[in-house]
Amino acid sequence: MLFKLGSLLMKPGAKMALLAFAIVFPFLADNEYQVYVMASAFVWAIAVYGLNIITGYCGQLNLAHGGFFAIGAYTLGLLTADAGWSFWPAFVAALVMTAVLGFFVGIVSLRLKEHYFAIFTLCVGFIIYLLIDKWEELTHGPIGVRDIAAPSGFGLVDFTETTPFYYLVLAFLVFSIWFMGRLSRSLLGRTFIAIRNGDELAQSLGINLMRNKVLAFVLSTTYAGLAGALYAGMVRFIGPEEANINHTFDMITYLLVGGIGTLTGPLLGTVGIVWITQSLQFLEEYRMIIFGPLLVILVIFFPRGITGQFLTWMHHKAQSLAPGKKRRESKVQTASAREAENNA
Amino acid sequence: MNLFFQQIINGLTLGSIYGLVALGLTLVYGILHIPNFAHGALYMVGAFMSYFFMTDLGVHYWVAMAGSAAVVAVLAILCERLVFHPLRNSPPIHDKIAAIGILLFLEAVVQMFWGSDFRRLSSPFTGIMNFDGLIIPEQRLLIIVGAFVLVIALQLFLRKTMTGATIIAMAQSREGAFLVGIDANRVAMMTFAISGVLAAVAASLYAPINLVYPAMGHLVIMKAFVIIILGGMGSIPGAIAGGMIIGFAEAFGGFYISTAYKDIIAFGLLVLILSVRPQGLFAKGAH
Amino acid sequence: MLKVEHLTKMFGGLAAVNDVSVDFEAGKINAIIGPNGAGKSTFFNLISGLHQPTSGRILLDGVDVTHMPCDQVARLGVGRTFQTTNLFEQATVLDNLIVGHRLRTRSGLWDVLINSKRLQREEKAARDKAMEALDFVGLTHVAGQFIADITQEERKRVAFALALATDPKIVLLDEPAAGVNPEETEGFAALMRKMVDNGLTVCLIEHKMDMIMSLADKIMVLDHGEKIAEGTPEEVRNNPVVIEAYLGGDEDAAA
Repeated sequence: MLFKLGSLLMKPGAKMALLAFAIVFPFLADNEYQVYVMASAFVWAIAVYGLNIITGYCGQLNLAHGGFFAIGAYTLGLLTADAGWSFWPAFVAALVMTAVLGFFVGIVSLRLKEHYFAIFTLCVGFIIYLLIDKWEELTHGPIGVRDIAAPSGFGLVDFTETTPFYYLVLAFLVFSIWFMGRLSRSLLGRTFIAIRNGDELAQSLGINLMRNKVLAFVLSTTYAGLAGALYAGMVRFIGPEEANINHTFDMITYLLVGGIGTLTGPLLGTVGIVWITQSLQFLEEYRMIIFGPLLVILVIFFPRGITGQFLTWMHHKAQSLAPGKKRRESKVQTASAREAENNA
Repeated sequence: MNLFFQQIINGLTLGSIYGLVALGLTLVYGILHIPNFAHGALYMVGAFMSYFFMTDLGVHYWVAMAGSAAVVAVLAILCERLVFHPLRNSPPIHDKIAAIGILLFLEAVVQMFWGSDFRRLSSPFTGIMNFDGLIIPEQRLLIIVGAFVLVIALQLFLRKTMTGATIIAMAQSREGAFLVGIDANRVAMMTFAISGVLAAVAASLYAPINLVYPAMGHLVIMKAFVIIILGGMGSIPGAIAGGMIIGFAEAFGGFYISTAYKDIIAFGLLVLILSVRPQGLFAKGAH
Repeated sequence: MLKVEHLTKMFGGLAAVNDVSVDFEAGKINAIIGPNGAGKSTFFNLISGLHQPTSGRILLDGVDVTHMPCDQVARLGVGRTFQTTNLFEQATVLDNLIVGHRLRTRSGLWDVLINSKRLQREEKAARDKAMEALDFVGLTHVAGQFIADITQEERKRVAFALALATDPKIVLLDEPAAGVNPEETEGFAALMRKMVDNGLTVCLIEHKMDMIMSLADKIMVLDHGEKIAEGTPEEVRNNPVVIEAYLGGDEDAAA
């Protein structure tokens, strides 16, 4: 049953169907609140795609991701609320800001291996939080930033309303996934995966570690900045809690459940968990009683999450179905067709 | 002069607590090469256990501390058995994520039982000692003395007992330890238990002059990581020295520079050190 | 081809490789043997640029590569395998190999964004190269299988193919036949001969003496980081210093 549903999802038309569902969702929703929840799930999904680049593809556990999300949100918030910029220039500035800061943090932190990198980024994330919380002259400290501009509309479209904003976020999400798909199939994506397989092996294949890791890191922080800026434009009121390490932990959970290093995993994990926690309100506060052990179980038994598990199953099914001619060229074809998905 | 002396006491107090937490972290890292992100949660559970034993069961502070240490030691062993042991051959990113899972779980459980309010652990040592005008609160003195005694006890255990010797042997060379037939499982469990005891005692000592709440472990664990990077991951003297360095830097930085930013000192120091020396301050060689 | 002069590597006061000079000829199979801990793998790491030597020089076809970073050395034509090769288990063999040709391509982020002609051309080249390498090691039949589903011996061949996909001039093989049975060992020996027949220079570390003695054109013996002997299999076999080193407590002497 689950697999039937799964194989349906693998069909080329499935992506279109998913997109069609996302497009008509506001008309199917019972109320505006559901549209709002879906839009926020999409925003988080964009950030999780970013985390997937550096952590899923490139294998470096970045614990400052929530911090970069907050930097994107604050750049947009402060520029529109305090400096009087309109939304779109501030939006671009937020992307540039997270990319540039990502570059500088990247060139320092990515010289560190494994544990050191994780610990270093944990500290960077905390420094970001502390700066936002304490640097009151700039960030207003714990009071937060109010009156953040919404995206300026075009003609009749008014992005202060939920549904138009939903479509705006959806457009960015589609672009994010489209780019991720292209990246993961490309030589560049394969380069990142080679680094995940091991630094020494990647180097001996002629891969410049630093250049590629920094590129992956900057891409990931830019995704975080994009999500943060959209978030600020959506909620229009932000505080230091946006930089709380728990946001990073949430994103890791979404990524792990959906499937780390897969193309659909971040979307499935984020939208799935956001809706589960929404529909089971009592879970909101104590959700980690379930998701904490779930993380442990996933890394022990299903390290590639729902999507990864499903892809492995599909692969083996294709192998056993190929009649007679065991291990033949034809299977290379089926495998290649699925490569886009799997290749991450 | 008095204020200066006060900062020395503060530095020693903070350094003692940080040192104890970092010691457990560094022992686990030295032996299993796991950066245990859940260590701060063990510390937090330690404080809540002492709180529970004292307020709900009404036992004495010392008994509560012992009970807390026992509970957290068992919890740490469970973490090792159920989570880190099955992951010992997994890619390095997995054990870190699993540790985060444990951390999230423990925090949520504690929050479910006690809520996220700030609580205070009362201690029988509320007096203030006055040495000729130099004022030391009893609890701070207790922390300093307690940490000192624990470190000495740990040293004796590691140097003088068979189990301790195997822990040291394994920390120095995992393969070597296997060759000479050390029971790696036992050593791993023992190490986790020790790290749990140290965390629980540190939390129980510090809680009376600080607050008890579910997120109390966050800052402490991050600082403990800074300390063991400073002192060299896996090094016991490094953890103690690093703890003191950070403790004093915070006490004096907080007093003479800025209270608001005192928490940033440790992390700023780490960023600075790792920027210049990616392998840490006291780490030997480049490997 | 590969000329090493007075190469030394110190690790915290200890010499892992001590004043080693050697000349590996093009189109030959060169073997490095020695007891455990003799510095063989460190020697490979120095040549391939993973570690920087403390002193000495490494010349590749006359070009000084002593202080070049690993990725540049690879681009100059030094391919290598490791004792264990971490691959992406849940991806196909072919997928794992495509990246091998990455160093001969130039596409960057912008090419990915616009899906440039260059990217398409280079991806096809990389895929073709991967198939070619797979064909060379005789594994085209498992191209579509997950790494997790192939045998230990096939994994080792995939590691060979990965090194070959980089278009190397010389390949450094670290214990290529470790952990495989005698028949498979013979298969690897044949593969190495095939590499040499195709104009490659092979340099390998190996413990299996039977294989080395029948395969190598030239053997260098390391002990405690120092070169203690060098020559044809016949010369090395009868060298009293080598016999002494091996009898000094290493099981390989029996082989």
